[in-house]
Amino acid sequence: MDRVPIAKIGPTLFVSIQIDLEDESVVQLQEDLADQLTATGASGVIIDISAVEIVDSFIGRMLTMIGSISRLFDAETVIVGMRPAVAITLTELGLSLRGVRTALNAEKGLALLNGTA
Amino acid sequence: MDELSIRSGDDVVRVRQQARVAAASCGLSLVDQTKLVTAASELARNTLVYGGGGTATIEIVKSDTGRSGVKIDFADNGPGIPDMELALTDGWSSGSGLGLGLSGARRLVDEFKVASEPGTGTTVVVIKWSR
Repeated sequence: MDRVPIAKIGPTLFVSIQIDLEDESVVQLQEDLADQLTATGASGVIIDISAVEIVDSFIGRMLTMIGSISRLFDAETVIVGMRPAVAITLTELGLSLRGVRTALNAEKGLALLNGTA
Repeated sequence: MDELSIRSGDDVVRVRQQARVAAASCGLSLVDQTKLVTAASELARNTLVYGGGGTATIEIVKSDTGRSGVKIDFADNGPGIPDMELALTDGWSSGSGLGLGLSGARRLVDEFKVASEPGTGTTVVVIKWSR
């Protein structure tokens, strides 16, 4: 199983998903992020999915859960960089990613977290 | 024709990759490729989680009108689906999922056939046609 790295930059945790996600990798990411949130006291999480070719119901549910878990640690999650084909497919699948914020790219996601968007 | 074994999370990723290769080679648009690969991901996971593992067979097919498409046949020898209508209902899940797997996959493809005998297993056949 491949692990998704998490980078801390200032008060924000950055996650860029560059691998073809296995279910186990997403579950692992969720646990690693919870650990990092408690260890660092980060106030925001940016998850860049611009390299992700598909988001199915499992991955979608995990992203939503990451948003809910972060909130319990007083951190806001923004999913950035969703590909158009992924957005169309997710919607047709019936998933809305309710509860997580989205932004066009990492820069706009960061602005959203900083309250400057 | 390519038969892939589905025994682990790794294999689900492999089915997605092979579905992508087949979809690109028969000229599906990027959105249609994504829909097919997403449906394949849902169905491969069902085969693994609910069917206890099985196979996915991917082939390129031609319609009567000459359009080409990708057909994927998922088969398992699991417990089967006792109530098909319920299983195809949005939001209904026998497991811990969202209940969008089977019903969602059906919406993402052009043809969808499911056959299941309690005790002998389940097969799901999907086709996505190029436009």
